[in-house]
Amino acid sequence: MEKLLDVRGLTMDFGGLRAVDNVSLEINKGEIVALIGPNGAGKTTFFNCTTGIYTPTGGDVVIHPPGEAEVRINGMKPNRITTLGMARTFQNIRLFPAMTVLENVMIGRHCRTSTDIIGAILRGPNTKKQEKETIEKSYALLEKVGLDHLANEFAKNLPYGAQRRLEIARAMATDPFLLLLDEPAAGMNPQETKELDELIVRIAREEGISILLIEHDMKLVMNISERIYVMEYGKLLAYGPPEEIKNNPKVIEAYLGEEAVHA
Amino acid sequence: MIASTIRKAVIAALWLAFLTFPLMVVKVNTLKDLVEWRWINLAWVLYSGFFASLVWQVLYQYRKTKKADDEDDPSLQGLSLGDRLMVSLKDPYVLVLLFALAYFVGLYPLVSFEFWRWSCKIALAVLAAKLAYKLFLVKKVRSCSAVMKESPLSKPILFAVLGIAVIYFPFSVDSYQVNIMVLALIYVVLGLGLNITVGLAGLLDLGYIAFFAVGAYTYGLLNTHFGLDFWICLPLGGLIGTFFGVLLGLPILRLRGDYLAIVTLGFGMIAHQVLTNWTDVFKGNLGIHKIERPGFFGMEMDLAQATTYTYFLVVLLVIGTIFVTNRLKDSRIGRAWMALREDEIACVAMGIDMARTKLSAYAFGAFWAGTVGVIFAARNTSINPNSFTFLESAIVLSIVVLGGMGSIFGVIIAALVMMLMPEYLRDIGEYRWLVFGAVMVLMMIFRPQGLIANQRRTYKYEGAKGEES
Repeated sequence: MEKLLDVRGLTMDFGGLRAVDNVSLEINKGEIVALIGPNGAGKTTFFNCTTGIYTPTGGDVVIHPPGEAEVRINGMKPNRITTLGMARTFQNIRLFPAMTVLENVMIGRHCRTSTDIIGAILRGPNTKKQEKETIEKSYALLEKVGLDHLANEFAKNLPYGAQRRLEIARAMATDPFLLLLDEPAAGMNPQETKELDELIVRIAREEGISILLIEHDMKLVMNISERIYVMEYGKLLAYGPPEEIKNNPKVIEAYLGEEAVHA
Repeated sequence: MIASTIRKAVIAALWLAFLTFPLMVVKVNTLKDLVEWRWINLAWVLYSGFFASLVWQVLYQYRKTKKADDEDDPSLQGLSLGDRLMVSLKDPYVLVLLFALAYFVGLYPLVSFEFWRWSCKIALAVLAAKLAYKLFLVKKVRSCSAVMKESPLSKPILFAVLGIAVIYFPFSVDSYQVNIMVLALIYVVLGLGLNITVGLAGLLDLGYIAFFAVGAYTYGLLNTHFGLDFWICLPLGGLIGTFFGVLLGLPILRLRGDYLAIVTLGFGMIAHQVLTNWTDVFKGNLGIHKIERPGFFGMEMDLAQATTYTYFLVVLLVIGTIFVTNRLKDSRIGRAWMALREDEIACVAMGIDMARTKLSAYAFGAFWAGTVGVIFAARNTSINPNSFTFLESAIVLSIVVLGGMGSIFGVIIAALVMMLMPEYLRDIGEYRWLVFGAVMVLMMIFRPQGLIANQRRTYKYEGAKGEES
């Protein structure tokens, strides 16, 4: 198995509060991995540390871009990390509301294109070619998530579920090898969740993008993920395949509750 | 409906009169210990208040019901002339124009301001055109904008007409008017420059005029001390403006919103203070004099010719600014600027280098201010710190906001209106600032997106499936 992301002993303190405590996690090529845990367990903080929004207090975050040397990304700026090939979505949707759907995805292409101010003003053949490719790739991505018919709508006018999918398309536009999804199914109805479920599996299978997702929807998590990490109070509680997690008494007690014991 | 509207307007007028009574009517003459009663002012307040309330109510109603634009209003088709008139009278534009006309006509015999007579004529002409359109033409011709969109020739024709008007303008009016127009066009460039920083990249800059000052003083100092030519200083002004843009941009990289506004406000103040108090270099409030006008291969020009020449220079600069801004807006860079405005965290998470993007937007806005500052110095031939106060920054910012954030065309219109309106309203004296303020307040209430809202470009896709977006 080819390791893509290797987090070792990640620790994050906010003043006296230890939000993430010595958490290790790894993701291999082609895997869908889930990170679960009760509210406030430190999942999003963990995400923010791995994607550069926060600089972790301790531990190592190392990524291995396929075919390239491994890079330790602690304290690197988020845009550098995205350029290296690790893209993310947000728990509370963060689109660019007053830009069109297509433009939102085109923003994702920013780090894979190179037109500078002079190039943009002169609009030479290279710029034109790049622009055309950007539009085409972005459009193709919209088709993949089923939003192509809304390409010229403003992002803020999209229904909630579509906004979530747009965020995924935008993240995919950065050509990542690893996609981090922060509660992609939050606020979705069962039908939308099912579609999302299929979309995530399709991304992993067809595009070969590995996925790490934070999720509360147990059905979704158990259905699609190959391995699950469970966090509680900032610490890693357990990890393993879904079956094992389902039957792990510590996890049941901490998170899944009575319901799961009888399931 | 009509009765209640009028009743409300009467009440509003009375209330306004009551509120402003001590201010408008009573005047205490402390020298003679007398109270003057200026009843004529009461009449003014009542009369103006009544009409203002009518207009307000119509607009407010319109805003609540907000229909699509009614150019091709189907409700008008197939109706008799009388019915059409009735429907037309419910149209907010027609109503407001009608009120305005009534207001001006009612005062026609009393007031002798040229401005008043013109307002009267303009309101009448627009009303007549609107009504004629509604009554007779609506079925026969499609709306003007629809025709514009469909005809391939309309754009070149429009540009040709505009071009001829721009070229003809300085020869049709005296050089005083041309001079004012030059100033207005300078503010067009300033507006377009700040539009990049505020409108596109969302970096609220309250000290923008500092970069304008940098350009102006660059030319002023280099010209008077070293005799450097206008044409050498023009790019230099832009470059030094950019340099200061980067310099001031560096410390504010981490700031946004209100904090950024306060810091840039501070920069503007500092710039003004330095210009005023560093007298050895900037000559303080005396300013710098005898700056050369722009030259044209050493040709001798009298004042009128020089003004016309400056006019064409600044027109060229405006065209350049429009061209460049337009290109940038729909490019990788422009999109990054907009993304930065929309959501900073998402922006960096999508792989955009925030520092570079912010700096480039800030510096690029400063570039235009610096460049046009050189022209400003050349136009005035003397500069002093009073041209670069906070008020000027605020005016440029208002231009951007009134015109519509990010909209190039809107900013141009707004700059012309903002700079020319006070000039042509001189007839009504200091009241022009009142009108000016009222226009700004009303704009923000009824059209917060600006005169012309920024339209996002739509892209067509001719890809594998051959679908059209």
